[in-house]
Amino acid sequence: MSEIILKPKEQPLVPIEANNVTPDVFAGKTLEEIKNLGIWHGNRQDRLSKFFDIEGESSENPSEIKIIIDGSVPKTKWIGKAMTAGEILVKGDVNMYVGADMKGGKILVEGNAASWPGQDMQGGELTIMGNAGDYVGSAYRGDWRGMSGGLITVHGNVGNEIAEYMLGGKMVIKGNVSIMPGVHMNGGLLIIEGNVVARVGGEMKGGTIVVKGIIDEFLAGFKYLGIERDLNLEGEIIEGAYHKFKGDLATKGASGIVYAAVAGNSHIAPY
Amino acid sequence: MEHIIKNGIVYDPLNNIDGEQKDICIKDGKIVDSVSADANVTDASGQIIMPGGVDPHTHIAGAKVNVGRMIRPEDSKKDVVGRAPGQRGGSGFSVPSTFMTGYRYAQMGYTTAMEAAMPPLLARHTHEEFHDTPIIDHAAYPLFGNNWFVMQYLKEGDLDKTAAYASWLLRATKGYAIKIVNPAGTEAWAWGGNVHGIDDPAPYFDVTGGEIIKGLAEVNEMLGLPHPIHLHCNDLGHPGNYETTLKSFDIPKGIKANPITGNRDKVLYATHVQFHSYGGTNWRDFVSEAPKIADYVNKNDHIVIDVGQVTLDETTTMTADGPMEYDLHTLNGLKWANCDVELETGSGVVPFIYSGKAPVPSSQWAIGLELFLLVNDPEKICLTTDSPNAGPFTRYPRVMSWLMSNKYREDMIENHVHKWAQKKTSIATIDREYSFFEIAQISRATPAKVLGLSDTKGHLGVGADADIAIYPFNPETQDPSTDYMKLEEALTAASYVFKDGEIVVKDGKVVNIGLPGRCYWVNSIYDEELEKQIVGEVETMFKRYYSVNFANYAVQDEYLPRSTPVDGVIL
Amino acid sequence: MEIVKNVVCPFCGMLCDDIICKVEGDEIVGTLNACRIGHSKFVHAEGAERYKKPLIRKNGELVEVTMEEAIDKAATVLAESKRPLMYGWSCTDCDAQAVGVELAEEAKAIIDNTASVCHGPSVLALQDVGYPICTFGEVKNRADVVVYWGCNPMHAHPRNLSRLVFSRGFFRERGLADRTVIVVDPRKSDSSKLADIHLQLDYDKDYELLDAMRAVLLGNEILYDEVAGIPKETIYEAVDVLKNAKFGVLFFGMGITHSRGKHRNIDTAICLVTDLNDSAKFTLIPMRGHYNVTGFNQVCTWESGYPFCVDFATGSARYNPGETGSNDLLQNKETDGMMVVASDPGAHFPQKALERMAEIPVISIEPHRTPTTEMADIIIPPAIVGMEAEGTAYRMEGVPIRMRKVVDIGLLSDKEILERILTRVKEINASK
Ligand code: SF4
Ligand SMILES: [Zn+2]
Repeated sequence: MSEIILKPKEQPLVPIEANNVTPDVFAGKTLEEIKNLGIWHGNRQDRLSKFFDIEGESSENPSEIKIIIDGSVPKTKWIGKAMTAGEILVKGDVNMYVGADMKGGKILVEGNAASWPGQDMQGGELTIMGNAGDYVGSAYRGDWRGMSGGLITVHGNVGNEIAEYMLGGKMVIKGNVSIMPGVHMNGGLLIIEGNVVARVGGEMKGGTIVVKGIIDEFLAGFKYLGIERDLNLEGEIIEGAYHKFKGDLATKGASGIVYAAVAGNSHIAPY
Repeated sequence: MEHIIKNGIVYDPLNNIDGEQKDICIKDGKIVDSVSADANVTDASGQIIMPGGVDPHTHIAGAKVNVGRMIRPEDSKKDVVGRAPGQRGGSGFSVPSTFMTGYRYAQMGYTTAMEAAMPPLLARHTHEEFHDTPIIDHAAYPLFGNNWFVMQYLKEGDLDKTAAYASWLLRATKGYAIKIVNPAGTEAWAWGGNVHGIDDPAPYFDVTGGEIIKGLAEVNEMLGLPHPIHLHCNDLGHPGNYETTLKSFDIPKGIKANPITGNRDKVLYATHVQFHSYGGTNWRDFVSEAPKIADYVNKNDHIVIDVGQVTLDETTTMTADGPMEYDLHTLNGLKWANCDVELETGSGVVPFIYSGKAPVPSSQWAIGLELFLLVNDPEKICLTTDSPNAGPFTRYPRVMSWLMSNKYREDMIENHVHKWAQKKTSIATIDREYSFFEIAQISRATPAKVLGLSDTKGHLGVGADADIAIYPFNPETQDPSTDYMKLEEALTAASYVFKDGEIVVKDGKVVNIGLPGRCYWVNSIYDEELEKQIVGEVETMFKRYYSVNFANYAVQDEYLPRSTPVDGVIL
Repeated sequence: MEIVKNVVCPFCGMLCDDIICKVEGDEIVGTLNACRIGHSKFVHAEGAERYKKPLIRKNGELVEVTMEEAIDKAATVLAESKRPLMYGWSCTDCDAQAVGVELAEEAKAIIDNTASVCHGPSVLALQDVGYPICTFGEVKNRADVVVYWGCNPMHAHPRNLSRLVFSRGFFRERGLADRTVIVVDPRKSDSSKLADIHLQLDYDKDYELLDAMRAVLLGNEILYDEVAGIPKETIYEAVDVLKNAKFGVLFFGMGITHSRGKHRNIDTAICLVTDLNDSAKFTLIPMRGHYNVTGFNQVCTWESGYPFCVDFATGSARYNPGETGSNDLLQNKETDGMMVVASDPGAHFPQKALERMAEIPVISIEPHRTPTTEMADIIIPPAIVGMEAEGTAYRMEGVPIRMRKVVDIGLLSDKEILERILTRVKEINASK
């Protein structure tokens, strides 16, 4: 693995767009070329080196490249956009759209991420150790085809409408979730280990959502299918007893499944 | 300003020029016999010259078009163009924004495009978008086929009043033709229903689609309009609809063409006939009946059709056929927009994916091509994709290449479309290939003539507007049948396009937007006295049942920066 | 005194076009047909101080300057900002809005309108699930079921009921008596008093109630005996009324666009309306506030492909409310210069957004003294469209009407001011 280290300078108030910071773009470039890559800062273009001290060595092959952002970049958007291979490690926070359109490789964010991490993700692994904002692994506005593959893991809490229009792949949220996880979901697997405020699987037509914590409020449009134990989902055994619901029957032809841990969720089961 | 285009190979069907090397002279925006030695010279050696393209049926401006843009940010995001010197940015693959629409038509060598559906109450919106659509000349067809006044007067059997109302409405909306969409069916949709076939009456008004077509076809000639009635038949997209289509085609037969402007001899323009050429009773036993439709067109001289060729893209459907769009939504489950317009019409919008992997879209693709290839006389057929319904207009070059290359079609049939294309249609058995002359007919001459604009459009004779396309393809050294990819590229990016005598496109790029496009509209007064009377009736209806004031209804002149009236009867 | 007829009211999204104005000199002194709020707009009864000269803040004080100086300063702010925001647009005409979109393109700015803080959620929803609407006349002539969800037309759109619901229509000859009115609102209001059915749901439970109604419509049982505080039986009854409508319409307002879940409430409401068309005929109309908020979304869409929140930073249009909305940009401190046209964010934006506005240069093109002009560094007063200037506006359901000029007060219109700024920005950019 060749490592390229980007040491952030002071982050400006007007955000920068680091869609060029991917192993795919860095591959085959000299350090000098990488420093001179264009980067949008508001409506101006600057060089990457204006915002980062850059060291290390690139490789011809993106899968041989590891980019380390050595510090917090809370004003930097689009890190790892559409990357297909290699690794990115961010030792701090990121702004919006980390790993958007990602197709392969790995991104690890040690801090927090703002909204839209893994938007329209098709493959690869995106891990956020801290919290994330809204729309984790969601679709672009208006599109009914969202995240279709790959794995997103958030260790902290997340906001609203995660896995919106999700089609495939897997998402694991270790912390708590606000409202509308899996809204309009059509496929894939969403596992929430913490609690959810409300509207799990609103308007979902397909896919599976597992909630291990407490769901404060549940939607009336689901059908109760009884209790199921030790779920076998995509080859993985999820232990414990779960209330099983099918829905959201507010939508035509819906056959999504929501599992809610029996422990703590007796208030949403009808019996 | 004088200009001379030298040494090009000219295809100009209206003047019977078929691939002759010929110079074209331009002065003050018009084609002339000769120019002085000071004229600017453009060398077109080894390149094709055609008149600027004329699109007789497209959806580029107005309420439903903009809803198509608005509900589809995911379509906009697919195709974005930035601002450039002298040029505006924009976005949209299937429904480009207005500036992009003008530029893209021009880049393909098209210089005239007609918006095919304008709700009268929302006419101002169409004209506002025209205002922001650069380069191309244009017009819009107001919708008449479900209009309360039309239905009421026809029910009373009063063709004179219908004619007086129609001429008033054309002027009030600055409209160009009588457009009929699913007659009686859209009114039924206002109550959630539809009609089936031409003999099923609209609720309350109790007139049938057939009666509306007949009445308006007669009115059209009473008014001496430049274009015949422009008909979108009942039962669009239903298996088995070809019978309705053939019956509808027969209705205006026998009516005599009476254009005051232009010299069309047809009394019916039937649009996107591909969607109306289906046999069978459901989507399983569905088959192409394009051969029967083509046969009818071949044997009858009162009709011109356009095709509505499916291009196998993800696109956005939009039509005044409200019930059809709801059916489409229930079929594909995608987002549905609708707008019912008081006393006049309705509309719907639904995204649609014509996938070559899917059986029905592949058959539709083949049916469109069957129509093109089985209608013998290119003076009876126009090239359209009913943009964006069967595909965006930006695919015209591809459609032309399919028509000119049997090899291209074979490659599609073998490698890119579902086997239903062969099973349900006769496409694989047809090896006809269009010539450049025939391409120029279906995309220039025929539409210009049937629009009544062939004095100035669709040809390169003296007196024509100097709207000219030059394509980087050499018919003497390149064979469209085998070099079909090159052909498609050449037709996508004209090497030069002249609009009103100015170079607006060079090497496929817009270099100048020239004057605003002309807006054609029909100036017709059927009977001044009668018109006063019906306007009184209209005003009464406005007071009671419209939601805008009569005084605020008509489109003001301010909305037409280059107003170009065309005469109908003025009595 | 002069009488001007068929005047279009430049106040709310009803865009009433039957107003009669009484004019004395360059002043409108009275109106007929306008409602209370429309009338007070025409006769300037708000009593707000009117600006007639451009002003620039120098050392904290607003001082009068020439138009040239104000235009130059405004253009400089736009051209020098890295992430300029151009907000407002809902109380001006479409031609001005169109110049605004071009100016945003030229200045590589973000352009956004007041939908961002009112019916933005409706726009996001229609982008996900569609937009089945009708024009007002359809409501008047056909509607036998009229639903008001999260809105109080008696107050916000005073002539909505009288023009469309009380009035007689072609197929509704007895007016109100031929219609069933349903109000869905957690509060009692003047509008709910008129309703045949008032579903007084719990606050923030619109989505829950709609989800249950949709499930019932599709023939499913629902999980709970009570949803959003409404008993199951009542939900069944209400759905029954809706699905038996010959022509139904759902008007919806800020009460549902801004309760918990925002655009998802509208999303599922649109889907309810859509699915109702399997059995009934059903449509909807958003109760849009400012008279030409709809027009901006139309113009911005046909010019850029997107209805609002359009980011031209890279030279090409991008769109993602949540990132490119005015409040997102201000609250995340992304924007570094702001131009406000024909609106008053100073009065309506949350504190955190106002804090950012206080830190950055603000240009206000605005006829009156407002909380926004109090924060502005440059104020350019225009003629008021619909009274002192003409132009196009789009009614809430998309019917375009030409606004009339009733009096002449000799000020530049918004459009003319913006054109001058555009010219100046082009000059500055060309010299860069
Ligand atoms: S309802 Fe609205 S548009 Fe009509 S008069 Fe009142 S304020 Fe003006
Ligand atoms: Zn059409």
